[in-house]
Parts: sequence; C-alpha cells; structure tokens
Amino acid sequence: MLHIKCPYCGMRSQNEFSYGGDASVKRPELNKEISDEEWDNFVYNRKSLRGKHLELWQHLSGCRQWIKVERDTATHEIFNTYKADEEISQ
Amino acid sequence: MTQKFRLENGGLINRDKKLSFKFNGKTHYGYEGDTLASALIANGVHLVGRSFKYHRPRGFFGAGVDEPYAIVQLYRNNETEPNIKATEQELFEGLEAKSVNCWPSVNFDIGAINNFLKIFLPAGFYYKTFMWPKSFWYRIYEPFIRKAAGLGVASTKHDKERYEHKYEYCDLLIAGSGPSGLASAYAAAKNGARVILAEDKPRFGGSLLTSDVNIGNQSGEDWANGIIAELKEMPNVVVKNRSQVFGYYDHNMLVMSEKVSDHLPKTKKHHPKQRLWYIRAKEVLISSGSIERPIVFGNNDTPGVMLSSAAKEYLKVYGVLVGKNPLVFTNNDSGYETAIEFKKNGINPIILDTRVNPQSEIIDEAINLGIKIKFSYVVVAAQGYKKVCSADIAKISDNKKQLGTIENIKCDCICVSGFWTPTIHLASQSGNKTKFKEEIDAFVPGTSKQNETTLGAANGIFTLEETLKSSFTAGQDLSKKITNKDNKISFPNVVEKISSQHDKFWCVPLPKGKNYKRFLDFQNDVAVSDIEIALKEGYRSIEHVKRYTTLGMATDQGKTSNLNGLQLVSDIENKVVPAVGHTTFRPPYTPISIGAIVGREVGKHSKPTRKSPMHSWHEKNNAVFVDAGVWLRPRYYKQGNENLFEASKREAKNVRTNVGVCDVTTLGKIDIKGPDAAELLNRVYTNAWLKLPVGKARYGVMLREDGIVMDDGTTTRISENHYHMTTTTAQAANVLSHLEYYLQVVWPELNVNVVSTTEQWAGAAIAGPKSRKLLEKLFPNNDVSNEGLPFMGYTEAELFGVKARIFRISFSGELAYEVNVESDNGQFMWEKIIELGQEFQVQPYGTEALSTLRIEMGHVAGSELDGRTISYDTSLEGLISKKKDFIGKRSLNREAFTSGDRQKIVGVVPLDKKTSIPEGSHLVKDAKAPLPNKKLGHISASCWSVEYDNPFSLAILKDGKNMIGEKLFVMSPLKNKVIPVEIVSSHYVDPKGERVRS
Repeated sequence: MLHIKCPYCGMRSQNEFSYGGDASVKRPELNKEISDEEWDNFVYNRKSLRGKHLELWQHLSGCRQWIKVERDTATHEIFNTYKADEEISQ
Repeated sequence: MTQKFRLENGGLINRDKKLSFKFNGKTHYGYEGDTLASALIANGVHLVGRSFKYHRPRGFFGAGVDEPYAIVQLYRNNETEPNIKATEQELFEGLEAKSVNCWPSVNFDIGAINNFLKIFLPAGFYYKTFMWPKSFWYRIYEPFIRKAAGLGVASTKHDKERYEHKYEYCDLLIAGSGPSGLASAYAAAKNGARVILAEDKPRFGGSLLTSDVNIGNQSGEDWANGIIAELKEMPNVVVKNRSQVFGYYDHNMLVMSEKVSDHLPKTKKHHPKQRLWYIRAKEVLISSGSIERPIVFGNNDTPGVMLSSAAKEYLKVYGVLVGKNPLVFTNNDSGYETAIEFKKNGINPIILDTRVNPQSEIIDEAINLGIKIKFSYVVVAAQGYKKVCSADIAKISDNKKQLGTIENIKCDCICVSGFWTPTIHLASQSGNKTKFKEEIDAFVPGTSKQNETTLGAANGIFTLEETLKSSFTAGQDLSKKITNKDNKISFPNVVEKISSQHDKFWCVPLPKGKNYKRFLDFQNDVAVSDIEIALKEGYRSIEHVKRYTTLGMATDQGKTSNLNGLQLVSDIENKVVPAVGHTTFRPPYTPISIGAIVGREVGKHSKPTRKSPMHSWHEKNNAVFVDAGVWLRPRYYKQGNENLFEASKREAKNVRTNVGVCDVTTLGKIDIKGPDAAELLNRVYTNAWLKLPVGKARYGVMLREDGIVMDDGTTTRISENHYHMTTTTAQAANVLSHLEYYLQVVWPELNVNVVSTTEQWAGAAIAGPKSRKLLEKLFPNNDVSNEGLPFMGYTEAELFGVKARIFRISFSGELAYEVNVESDNGQFMWEKIIELGQEFQVQPYGTEALSTLRIEMGHVAGSELDGRTISYDTSLEGLISKKKDFIGKRSLNREAFTSGDRQKIVGVVPLDKKTSIPEGSHLVKDAKAPLPNKKLGHISASCWSVEYDNPFSLAILKDGKNMIGEKLFVMSPLKNKVIPVEIVSSHYVDPKGERVRS
C-alpha cells in the first residue's frame, strides 16, 4: 500500500485516496474550436508510460482535495506531491 | 500409552501438563509446549501423509516453517482447517488432526499406485496427458485431477471465528527474534525508538534455543530470555510471538499475521482467532535466519529422513528423539552438533561426512565423545517404505563423481545437513536485488530498495559473534537516525565453536542400474529427473522450469528446494547459479488464512449501513427494506398478508388517486455556494443555468467528457449565490468528486464551494392529487397555492416551529412536493405528514411503488442512465443547449452519437396485456430466427401500470424513434419467456405533463 504525502494533511495511506489519472492532460478551453483529433486525445488517449508519471489523486477520505503526485509507475517510488494548482518546475 | 521417544529429562516443554490428542482417530499424549509434530514423534508416529503427486508416504522433514510436507487437516472447536503444518501447530488438550491426500487411509492409500505409474507422471504431465481429446477436459480429466490433487479440504461452513485487522506505525520493525533480532531490537529500544519485534514461533530466541553457545557468561537461551524480559517491560517496545511477518509491500508497509488463539482448544470470548497487522515501519530489520539445505539422494523423501537441525530442535526444545539409531549425513559441521546432542543423550549416531579430511573444534569434540565418523561417505539411498529402516551408503571419490561399493547399514532415521540457505524472502519481496555469495552457495540480499537491512544468518553471516556485533550496530545506528539518541551498549563476551569450511556437495549420483527418485521439492513431488526432462524439452528460463515442473511453488515457496533446484539447472546447463538466477519470491511467505485477510469485513460488516432519520418509523410500520447502495430503504409497507406485488400496487395506486409520502432522504444533496456558482452549473449541466431566478428549481442532466450521461437531478437557487443540488442516490459520491475535480483542477479560477449535505437533510416526497391539500394543513402560514408555489417553485417554510424547505418537484409525475427539514427533525416531519394526512388517505410508499410511478411516466433513472446512454437515447436531448459549451458537449457530434437509427427510450406493452416482462430481456424482430438472434434493444425497467392495470416496461431500442406502433418480441432465455409486444411512447401516463402543473 502506497504512502502518499497529501500537501494539506501529511503522510496518509493509499486507501484514503482515489486515483485520478494523468495530471499532464489539459482540458481544452470551453467554447474553443478544436479538431476531432485534439478532443480524442484529451478524452481517450493516455501515454501509459513506464517510469516517472505526474498523476492526479483525490484525498477522498481526508480533505477531499485533488493533488498531483509524481510517481514511478514501475517502482511506485513517489518523488513529490503538489497541490492541484501548484506550479511545477521540471 | 507411553511416549517411547521422549527423553526422561530436558526440553522446554511443561512436563507437569499432559495433554491428550487424536491423530487419525487414535489417541496419543503429549505435553504442553509440544507441537503436533513433536508429540507425534514422541509417540513414534512418523507417517503423517501422502505426497502430492505420487502419493508416497511422507513424514516430518523440518521442525517449523521450513516443513514441506507434514501437512494435516485440523479439527478444532467443531470447525476444520486445511493445510496446517504439524510442525507449527501447538498442541492443546483435545486437538484432532487427520492426514490429507490419502484415501482410504494413510497406511493404505490407493493413490500410491501413482508411485508405480510414475513413468506416466513426468514433469508437465498435466499438459501432456490431458490435452486431448478436448471434450474430455471438463467431464473426465478435470474432475480426476481435482480429486487427486490438493492438500486438504476447505470447510464449506460459515467461519464463526473473529479475525481482526490492526494498523500500526513504528520506527523499527524487526522480523525474527534470533540473536540478530534480539540484539538489534535491544539496541534500538535503548535508544528510545518505537520497536516491534515479531517472532513466528511461540518461543523467542531462534537458534539460541538449540545452539551450544555462551553469551555474557549465560547460555544462549538464558541470554535470550533476559533480553526478551527487559524488552517486554519497555513502553516503546511491542514484542509479539506467534506472529509471522509474511509480506513486504510498497513504501515499507509490511503485513504480519498474529495467531492469537490457534494454540488454544477454543477462542476466548471477545478474542479474535487471528489478527492481521498492517505495519508501516520507518526501518525494517530482517532477522529471519536461515533454513538448512537438504542433500539430495535416493528416496530422500522416506519418513525418517529429515533436516539435522530439525532433529536437534526436537531434542533440545521438545526432549524428543527422532530415532534411536540415527545416521547423520552432512557436508559441514552442523551435522556434528546434532550428533553430539544425540550422544549426550545416550544415543550412538553414525556420521557420514562428504568431506575428505575436515578439521575443527567441533569435529574433535565428536571424535573425543567416541562418535563413529565416516569421511568421504554418502548416503546413496534410504531404504524402507513407510519409515527408514536402513541406508545404502558408499564411499565417494574425491571428485564426487564415482561411488564405491554399496554397503547397507541399519538406521531408523537419517539427519541431513547440506549447509544453510539464508531466508531472503522478505528482502526479495521489498525489491532488493539479491546477489549470489560464492562462499555459502546461496543468495543474500544485495542493494536495498526500501529502508530494509538484513542481519545475521539471513544475510549469510553464520558466526554468532559477528551476527551480534553487526546487529547491535545496526539497531543502534538506525535508531539514532530517528531518535537522535546514542546510548552505547557494552558488547557481551561470546563463546562459540568455530566451524570449518563446508563442502559444496549437494547431490549424490545415482549408482549404476538404479533409478531412485531423488527429490528436490518435497511438497510438489519434483525430482531430479523432472528437472532433467524439462531442460531436455527446451525449457531454459528458471521461471519456465518452475512453472512446468512446479518446483518451488505453492505454500512451500521453495524454502528447502530452491537452491538445490538452481544447482541442478546450472549443472546441466553448465552455468553458474547466479547466471541462472532465482525465481521471484512472492508474499505470503507462509500460508495465511482467508479469514485473516478478510478480517471483520464480513457480511453486513463489509460496509456501513446508512439509515434515514425516519428508519425506526418505517420499522414500526412493517416496512420491508431493500439495499439501495449502502442505504436501507423501505421497499414496501406490508399490510396483512400482502406480497411485494400487491403492496406496491396499492401504494402506487394511492399516490395516483389520493396522496402518498416517500422517504427520499437518500437522494444525494450538494450545497453549492459562491459568486461563480451559476457559471459552474452552466458548465456542468447540458441546459442553461445563468438565468434561473432565486426561488426556482430546474431539472438538469450532466455528462461525462465522453458524452455519456452521468447523472440527473434538480438544482434549486436558494439565494443569489447559493444553490441546492440533488443527485441520484447511487451517483451522489461520484458527482461530488466530479464537481471537486473541475473546481480544483480544471477551473480553479471559479469562486465556488461545494459540500455534501445528504445527511444534513431529511426528505419526504408528498405526491398525489391531494398533496396540496395536505401541504396546506402542514404549512398553514405559507402560501402553497399553484400561484404562490408553482411547478418547479421553491420556498422556505415553517412546519410547526421547525424550519423547512419546500420544493415543488415531482418524480412520480403527480402533483408533488419534496419537503426537507434538518435531519434531527425528520421523524417529527414524517409523523406530522402521516397524522395530518389521515383525512386525505395518505399512505407511505416504498421504492417499488416509486419505481412503478416513474416508469409509467417515462421518467428515466439509473437503469436507463446506465453509463452507455447519451441524452438522445433517454429523450433528454431537449435539454441540450446550443448556445453554450459544457462538459462532454464536444463528444456529442461523434459519428455514432449522431447516426439516424440511434437507440432511443420507448415503452413496451405485452399484446395480451397480462404477461409481465422480465427486466433485462432482449427485444427481437423474429422470435423464431436462428441463434444468435439479432438484438434490437433491451428492457431497462418493468412495472405493473396502476393507471391502466397492465404490464408496462421501458426499453432502450435501436431506432426507437421510428419504432412506435411496431410489433416485436421480448425474449428472456433466463426465464424461458417469449412475449409478443407492442412498442409505444415511453410517456405512458399523462404524456403532456399536466398533472405536475395542476
């Protein structure tokens, strides 16, 4: 079971969180004309990569905040966690 | 009955307490502190079971967790448990156990014919033999294999025992209480660290209980007892015996199984049988020790062949002789320790040492005691069927290839020592890349991946002094990092005998003309010849060899077989062992009962039960409840001898003619506040929300980004920046997360707060033509006229001094209102409604009547919004705004969503107006068409229309828009029904929606 540092609550067990997918996906702006391909990429296509992955989790049974977690998908190592609106310098 | 193999004195058992137990129906006696194994051996019982594949007689091989085959079926307190290791099960008064894997009895086992048919049961025989003809698999092969295989029988009864889960945090978790575990725990505890020390056996001390050493002028056992006593007194230390740390998971989470009551005849009241500990440790010290490795020789599975360390443990811990005429077969000094122990108890062992001329303190001691030793000798084969009666032995050449003349010597047990294998399972599970240590022919942990350190024998360190030194240091250093304390501990003086180098010999060659089975894996019946066949057939990867031959699989996880298997593969392949590599060690290290894994989350305990504030009223009024998600809701209120059908019909009819009241507390409610609340709703729902006036409710549908309908419900504008959203019962949690996601991640610039208020409000739906009259009685000071409170209107009101909210919304399609009060006042509200509604014939109605009412109105619910339908399919496309963007809108022009013959909701009525239609049935054009008959749609919900008194269903039908008036067939192979039906509008009752506005 992963141990995730919620930026608001501190270290908590994985069973308090729910997974929310790739955090690098940006929703296209409302009312913006975009191609089918762009929309398709937003709704369906994910990289499913092996290694460092920035992903969303929600601290569901805690503060209910959505957070960003930088995790290695192969080793489960967590490098860092951020608030949802935090700027991340890569 | 005397215990013929019990010594007069000695051992750590309590000789004052004699216990009786039954094995295979026969009564025996043992002592408190015995295991089932030690008690059986004391009584001369060595035949405990039959082997997995060949049904060969099997006895005891180890004395603890290392045991591969002394597995029994245990009977305790009228329950039965399979796969119990006799070497781990502590004896209690009245214990009953039976052999497994044999029929009709362990002494005469019909399956043993497999032993003579073994030529037909080579490696991979399942794959080869049972492949064809294909049709034989289910009828003949599988039942046969199921009967033949398996080690025990699972109980089919409900397990009444209690199992608990516990979550714990600590600075250091130490797995194993041998010398390294005790030393590191002691040092860390003295530094103030929070320590958990776990020992899988009942007694602490590990190898100190059986080895002839001296620490600080005390025997190993006394030193261990002293340390444990001190640790138990310390508030920062938890010391647990009968507790196996069996799994090492991510982020230093380890799981430990504590056997709280398995050693007792019966679990004490209010105690669990077992407890599973989830431990998050800052540092983990693995002090799991090592397991003696067998030497492979002919018939080495015969009862009476066992590990020399096990023989020593039976002697020193239990005061039991495994034989009175022992042969010790060793390639290192450990066998000598066992032989010396025999000799000290008046038994004359013979030692066969594979080495040519080894020299050490301990060998000298054996010689001085007059023990007979044969150097350069090996056991070629054990003789005897159900028990060893002699051994074929021979001199072996210096290159270990040629055997001399075979001699036969009498013996009643063969104690084998092929050196030691560190127990690296936990380290490997943590992700540690293990490395091969040439000097000990075994793998040891390499670079740590998590915060784990392996100590002592588990790390390949076999001298006590070095083990203690490195363990004290590890405990001290790791705790210092955490507590910043540095209490130095003086290192005790250690006296031990130094061993000589072991011989890298592990397998005795077959003599000419003999084809003895030489077993590698005793639990899975894998012999040398099986591995040879697998390699001959082209299996190369050790992972493939494992699966093809079953080497190292199942509950044993290769504890005694792993390294010899690797040696064999590397010998044949002409590789070195590290090049072959080892297979993955998987948790659990030892079998864990399903009960312990499940814990207390059984039946109704598996999730919380939510009840509305009016629950006790429902109970008192004969409500029959149904699970709605985690909620308990009244399904119907039983009157007299009514059944579900009659009651729900009565209740629904009463709503259509008079007035009914339904508990709608379970509906999801979300409070939405903030200056951008309207903007959020406008983006979330498909229809327009910016111009909704204060005091008005609106129905809305929300989509997922892929265009599928997610949920529907009404939202009411309470005040300028304050909205009250309702969701379906089932989707309440998802909708809240959905809103939070968009507010926090996608549009953080929106100034809105959302919070669930589902449990803060009790809700009652008052529906029916007389509902306004009832409302006038309930709220005499409020204007509830059609003008004062029109359809989709909202007002705050006072219910006899209690604050209330009235929404004029309707799910039943009748004139209806929903009244909310704070939860604490729910019961009061409900009773007032019932009381004042008497003159209007008010009746409560349950979910079944609620469904009937909404179905015949064509209102959609969860069975239509099933995660596969879009707005068009459920006739909600009128609510899609063309002027604004919203979540999921861009998906709606997908080709599949816009095609002309898209599915749509319709009504279905049986032609005979009598036959009710099973939900989930398929709609087809031709009932007699050959299978697979093309499905045009499915029945999503069915009811008995109270308006027309005939069955009515909703269906999602292909090209439903153009199908009204068509005649189709409903087919339900499940119910064996074919029903001719007519397709009608889904709005079966009041299609213009006049009643809700009346």
